[in-house]
Amino acid sequence: MSDATVWTIIAVLGALTYMTRFVFLGLIGDRPMPPWLLRHLRFTGVAVLPGLVAPILLWPEATGGTPDPLRLLAAGVALSVGIWRKDVIQAMLAGGLVFAALTWALA
Amino acid sequence: MRPPFRTGVAEGLPFLVVMVPFGMLFGVLGVEAGLPLAQVMAFSVLVIAGASQFAAVQLIVDLAPAAVVVLSALTVNLRMVMYSASIVPHLGAAPLWQRAIISYLLVDQTYALAQAKYEEETRWSIADKVAYFAGIALPVFPAWVGSTLAGALVGARIPDSWQLDFALPLAFVALVAPMLKSRAHLAAAFVSVTGTLLMWWMPYNLGLIAAALAGMVVGAEVARRTEDAA
Repeated sequence: MSDATVWTIIAVLGALTYMTRFVFLGLIGDRPMPPWLLRHLRFTGVAVLPGLVAPILLWPEATGGTPDPLRLLAAGVALSVGIWRKDVIQAMLAGGLVFAALTWALA
Repeated sequence: MRPPFRTGVAEGLPFLVVMVPFGMLFGVLGVEAGLPLAQVMAFSVLVIAGASQFAAVQLIVDLAPAAVVVLSALTVNLRMVMYSASIVPHLGAAPLWQRAIISYLLVDQTYALAQAKYEEETRWSIADKVAYFAGIALPVFPAWVGSTLAGALVGARIPDSWQLDFALPLAFVALVAPMLKSRAHLAAAFVSVTGTLLMWWMPYNLGLIAAALAGMVVGAEVARRTEDAA
């Protein structure tokens, strides 16, 4: 991807993300949002990120696109720890340690 | 200096424990993805939204079309609309220039802290509330930018044998797991995953966007039904 394209992505994403924060506080002010819209907005993160990660996890480029049991297992550990502890960093550490330990043990 | 400002600084500081490793990770992965330092930094300064920055970098690596990169990353950030709306009753009467700056700094951590505090301190004036917000943002924002820089500088020196390509998907899994706190959230995540995999054949990563919209609709519908039942 060209440098100019990436700069455009950063600028446009930055401006639009700013608008998501400014839209009510700066422009619309204190007007109630329809409940159906609020309900949908609650699910934006959980609706995008799992779909984004699933193909990268299942078909990693590093293995030429074949599923890698190590990665799947480590991801499973991170998911379980994340649900259990409700903590991003602990989940990352757990998954990373399992991945590193198994990679080292099987090398 | 108003006392709420100092309270804000004190209550913002603990969040560095989360933000610093996460900012560093973004810096590392940004340079690993082949972005020049200036672009990695521009992401953290201009977008200031971790999850969407990771999403954008991943899609840039995948060579998705620019519009799809922006659209997917922006969808992750739509929750900020909700933050913006729900903070209005507290900060809506502040001068416009202050609201413009607060909007720039309205991220997950500052929002969560401020919203909770304002509900508690009902006797605070507008100026007190603004001072508190400035107090939280003071450690949080420089830490985000600084840790991105540190990560980007370190990242260039990490050997390939570390298999850092796995850090990005791992970060997404770790980000999502704590969000799965209700049946509605689980349903949205499930639709997102199965939808993306089933629509993987679609060009330009459009399957991801379609699956994300479907996930939002399903999540909202499950929430509506379970809340009606409750």
